[in-house]
Amino acid sequence: MWSFAALADLIHEELNAQLDPSWVLAVEMILVGLSAIGLFALLGLVLVLMERKVSAFMQIRLGPNRVGPAGLLQTLADTLKLLVKEGITPNGVDRLMFNGAPFIAMIAAMLLLAPIAFARDFQIWDLNIGVLYVSAVSSLNVIAILMAGWSSNNKYSLLGAMRSGAQIVSYELSAGLSVLTIVVLAGSLQMSEIVASQADGWWVFKGHVPALLAFVIFLIAATAETNRAPFDLSEAESELTAGFHTEYSGMKFALFFLAEYINVFIVCAIGATLFLGGWMPLHIGHWAGFNQVMDWIPSSIWFFGKTFFLIFVIMWFRWTFPRLRIDQLLDLEWKYLLPIGMVNILLVTAVAILGWHF
Amino acid sequence: MVEEIGTTEQGDLIINVGPQHPATHGVLHLVITLNGETVKKVEPHLGYIHRSIEKMCESLSYRQFIYSTSRMDYLSSHINNHGCALAVEKALQLEVPGRAQVIRVLMDELTRIASHVLWWGAMAMDIGAFTPFFHAFREREMINDIMEETCGARLTMNYMVPGGVMFDLHPNFYGRVKAFIRQFHKKLPEYDELVTGNTIFRSRTRGVGVLSKEDAISYGCSGPTARASGVDCDIRKLFPYEGYGKLQFEQPLATEGDTYDRYMVRMHEMRQSLSILEQLIDNIPEGDFQAKTKAVLKLPKGEFYSRVETARGEFGVYIVSEGGTTPYRIKYRSPGFSNLSALDHVVRGQKIGDLVAIMGSFDLVIPDIDR
Amino acid sequence: MTNEELIARLQDIDPSISVDAGEWPNAHIEATAWPVLAPALRLCDELAFDYLFCLTCVDWKTHLTMVYHLTSTRHRHHLVVKSKLDREAPSIRTVSDIWRTAEFHEREVFEMFGVHFEEHPDLRKLILPDDWQGYPLRKDYEDPVNMIKL
Repeated sequence: MWSFAALADLIHEELNAQLDPSWVLAVEMILVGLSAIGLFALLGLVLVLMERKVSAFMQIRLGPNRVGPAGLLQTLADTLKLLVKEGITPNGVDRLMFNGAPFIAMIAAMLLLAPIAFARDFQIWDLNIGVLYVSAVSSLNVIAILMAGWSSNNKYSLLGAMRSGAQIVSYELSAGLSVLTIVVLAGSLQMSEIVASQADGWWVFKGHVPALLAFVIFLIAATAETNRAPFDLSEAESELTAGFHTEYSGMKFALFFLAEYINVFIVCAIGATLFLGGWMPLHIGHWAGFNQVMDWIPSSIWFFGKTFFLIFVIMWFRWTFPRLRIDQLLDLEWKYLLPIGMVNILLVTAVAILGWHF
Repeated sequence: MVEEIGTTEQGDLIINVGPQHPATHGVLHLVITLNGETVKKVEPHLGYIHRSIEKMCESLSYRQFIYSTSRMDYLSSHINNHGCALAVEKALQLEVPGRAQVIRVLMDELTRIASHVLWWGAMAMDIGAFTPFFHAFREREMINDIMEETCGARLTMNYMVPGGVMFDLHPNFYGRVKAFIRQFHKKLPEYDELVTGNTIFRSRTRGVGVLSKEDAISYGCSGPTARASGVDCDIRKLFPYEGYGKLQFEQPLATEGDTYDRYMVRMHEMRQSLSILEQLIDNIPEGDFQAKTKAVLKLPKGEFYSRVETARGEFGVYIVSEGGTTPYRIKYRSPGFSNLSALDHVVRGQKIGDLVAIMGSFDLVIPDIDR
Repeated sequence: MTNEELIARLQDIDPSISVDAGEWPNAHIEATAWPVLAPALRLCDELAFDYLFCLTCVDWKTHLTMVYHLTSTRHRHHLVVKSKLDREAPSIRTVSDIWRTAEFHEREVFEMFGVHFEEHPDLRKLILPDDWQGYPLRKDYEDPVNMIKL
């Protein structure tokens, strides 16, 4: 129940009845693109507001509360302000790279939306190597940051970009390894199949200790990959003023800002899909009654609920932890997370082969 | 300045930290030489908020010049004022009434707590934790309210005058201070939970920016910065003024001299100040809050030096008098200036993130350094 | 060490020093005697003046006086050392190698009073802008813009 498939089929049939197949494809792509951009804008607004409200909650403040009811329109007003601000391109920057970087950051974030299953039968592109695709495309983000830092003609930006490069490339490994544990357990790289494999329970519960360990590593690596505190070394406000985007202003800055939040959303969505069952409701073994009640909750609510829970955890990190130092950051990855991740993948292979998981 | 742009021959990066930078808490300008992430040299360029207070004071009367010191170390303005008042009293051999003495000590300790609380929030922010700052301001606000009621100001108090204090205590003072003591007792363990016990915080501060005892003495460091290196230098203990000798309090000393120790010494100092407040708040003697003084103060010919312990260290006032109504020369020995001179020595070889943490632990107030 | 013992000990080191008693003993020395006296004050076990807590200069219109406030963290005694300098070409040996805090304090005195510290490792302006003319803390300093005559 509660499936979007009917809606999608309806649109598909309607279009097919009126246009020839190639045009149908084109119109559908435009529709998908528009809804992706719409989702982007909406997510940006919601996440920025959420960040501000969460931080205010942690910091015994009220947070934005003037624009609109309970400050709900604050981010809209901020976006409007950023839109009409002058996008300054400082003298001495590499103009092509400087102006291109925010767009690359945005495009990399947008591409990642494709394989995510937002609800039952609601996915842009269910490609058979979904997990691999996500791992590959999410590393593109570092190129945007390096471009921005390098072309800004600012030493703070350069330092921030170099830190970010080292950081993202390192943590990619841990993120990849922890994702692999679920691939091993589920036996597929396809998002829909990974979700389907969790119909009788989420991997974080089913997979014993290794899956739990992988989940924790994934959360740490995801926080690091999105450059958020305590791993926000590429921005490091108190050290590098604003790191790689020191020289950006107006809408170009807003794009970086937006891309950061979209990336947070996406890593949390991936985490929710792999470890917490995606849109799959919480099912417990053979409790038929309980499972049926859970099925009544729409799958999209399950998906967004889990994703926003993870986003809240990542925001919680940001507003409570101090920042690590660059050498400690790399130590954590190369001396602790990576070896643990490697042993963990052996463990999980054993678990999968022996069929110890539930 | 050409050499500040670009790199040195060894390929080191020279960057300007400040005068506008989130970590310098004011207009401090550091020119740092970096090799990758490692700091090779730190060179402070001062003077962005230099007002030449010493020169100004030469044309101010002995009642007026005290107020200019509130603008130096604005976070311990009471204690600065106190130092000046002590110097004038020493020269005039004025006896300060008992009530005024107790009020002064109470105000000094409240100021010390307010300053340390702000430092605690700012230090956590330097290390990257934003939340403690707001928690710190909750308690600081209570002290500011106390100050506002009695002194009429929240930052530059101008409350101490030669011979005592300017006004008597506000009737609400006792209740508010007691409420603050209760609140602060509850919140201090929370501070420890939020920052002190954090693993990241500990790994960021332990063994970072070590200042040895010999160096601390040689660089003229004072206050918590020096006490973290084991230098026994609390003026309140060594050369007690204003009845500090009669109070029960400890001088926290550490041995390592790293950032963590400087942090811990200040945390303990807050507890000690709290205990001083507890000892005094119920024992304020009745009597005058100000000694009888002439309207125009005239100091005898000579030189007078007074030392007080501010939140940042030893504050000295050196008055050279030619016998007139204005000082001939005034020198303020500010704790921040000497502490800053040790920064380069301490930071060398550390990472750029450590520079910020070390600066935070030195608790620099820029107007105090520039004067 | 009491002040009397301190004065006696100082005159042992250099009989030409005249010492005033007071709250803290004031030793008046020649600038030329300073390079010998300073290390002696710092290194001598009985004196051990290891903490230079204040260093400044006073312009007496006819001459400048360098004032060093010293204390010992071991013996807790104080000493004020004063040295008259020629106002036209004031010069004295640096003590920044003995008490490192003096490096910054001497730079401040250098720009504010124009005292030249011999062998100072880095004698540049610290607080004032690099192109500042004149010595602001001297009594005859005139600044038509920033100073208001009362």
